[in-house]
Amino acid sequence: MSVESPGIVERLVRDDTDRKRFLKLAGSAGAASFGAFVLAACGGSSKSGSTASTSAAATASTPAAPAGGDVGILNYALTLEYLETEFYSKVLAAKLFTGKALTLIKDFGAQEQAHVVALRGAVSKLGGTPVSRPEGKFPIENANQVAQLAYTVENLGAAAYLGQAANIQSPEVLASALAIHSVEARHAATLGTLVKKPILPNGAFAAPADMSTVLAAVKPFLG
Amino acid sequence: MFENRTTSLAGPELRSANCEPLAATCEPWAATSELSAANVELGAIEVHGMTRGSFIVRGALAAGAVYGTSAVAPFVSQALATTSSTAAGSSSDVEILNFALTLEYLETAFYREKAKQVGLSGQAKAYAEQFGEEEAQHVAALTGAIKEMGGTPVKKPAFVFPVSSEKTFLALASVLENTGVGAYNGAAPSLHGKTVLGVAGSIVQVEARHAAAIDLLINKSPTPDGAFDPPLTMQQVLAKAGPLIKS
Repeated sequence: MSVESPGIVERLVRDDTDRKRFLKLAGSAGAASFGAFVLAACGGSSKSGSTASTSAAATASTPAAPAGGDVGILNYALTLEYLETEFYSKVLAAKLFTGKALTLIKDFGAQEQAHVVALRGAVSKLGGTPVSRPEGKFPIENANQVAQLAYTVENLGAAAYLGQAANIQSPEVLASALAIHSVEARHAATLGTLVKKPILPNGAFAAPADMSTVLAAVKPFLG
Repeated sequence: MFENRTTSLAGPELRSANCEPLAATCEPWAATSELSAANVELGAIEVHGMTRGSFIVRGALAAGAVYGTSAVAPFVSQALATTSSTAAGSSSDVEILNFALTLEYLETAFYREKAKQVGLSGQAKAYAEQFGEEEAQHVAALTGAIKEMGGTPVKKPAFVFPVSSEKTFLALASVLENTGVGAYNGAAPSLHGKTVLGVAGSIVQVEARHAAAIDLLINKSPTPDGAFDPPLTMQQVLAKAGPLIKS
């Protein structure tokens, strides 16, 4: 939707079987335990009474997460981050970039990898099982084509996180997803300047993308 | 094999880069500990059932302690007015949106009014014009959202921007945009309304894109905090933006 680029959209083929396979992957994780997550996430650093009351208030005001809800979302994000990480890894291996562009591509690849590590940790903390890394396949031809593809992929990633923000139950998971979301946006804008495309493809308000739109868009990159 | 790549890519330098300046970024999954940390710091006046509004006031007061009450007094009055004029229920969302509205007013004034005074050229001028228009749209959207929720939007404050050249203008633009990202990232998890959260998410993504573009223009890293943008507490935001708010 928001992030379509002609090249990607042309290749969109809705395949319900594939989507179901993916969702099964993403949702196979088991029930999220909010209480356990809070203990795991905050146990080391904040044991004061005010923190406890904050957590209690959050729990009381938030509907119980559906089984696999946040874990499913995190595993969905993890799959996208795996693909981004592999993409940047292959781009670097192709040695298409030099200078400042190379530095940026290296940084972005390392940051996507850090997202993978963080998301795997979050899924585990929630009592879920991180999805395994999917096989990716990416057309790697030349620097301009790769930068254009990276721009598309990063815009898609940013839209994917934005599309899930309101579905996340745990404030802790939401805070973490937001911390990643805006970094994807920074990547997208940076690549926009490199390929002379809009740094704000949707103007003043970024558009979200729902899961089926995103999965259809990444389908060509799943091996 | 993949795990090996993990280690080499997310090496010590990345980790250490992520650990500045907020400890929360070292362990992104403890991000709410950071949110809670503000409550811990201000624990002396912790009151059970405190509203977000009183939290805003406390943040403003804490900033006042650092910058002198004259710098933040108007903002404190505004926060107090907001707190007393809104009922319980959805009041905290209104208060958070009013906080965001103040920042958007600030950014709009900066790009539209201050930019003209300074006299920008080239890409800096183009960005200021574009971003000013977008921040103005954020002002309009937040004002509308606050009214829809039955709240009273804060009035546009008067600002003072201590810049006089394109170089210092862009440096402050970087601070403002990056602070905006942290402000939204920090406040969004406290929002109750899903629609409002969606709006905040949509706006913060744009602030992040602005920040990256400005940072690239001044040869800074477009990802100044590495892989995770740290959430900022209202207190931390006020420490940066408060001195620019005159009334």
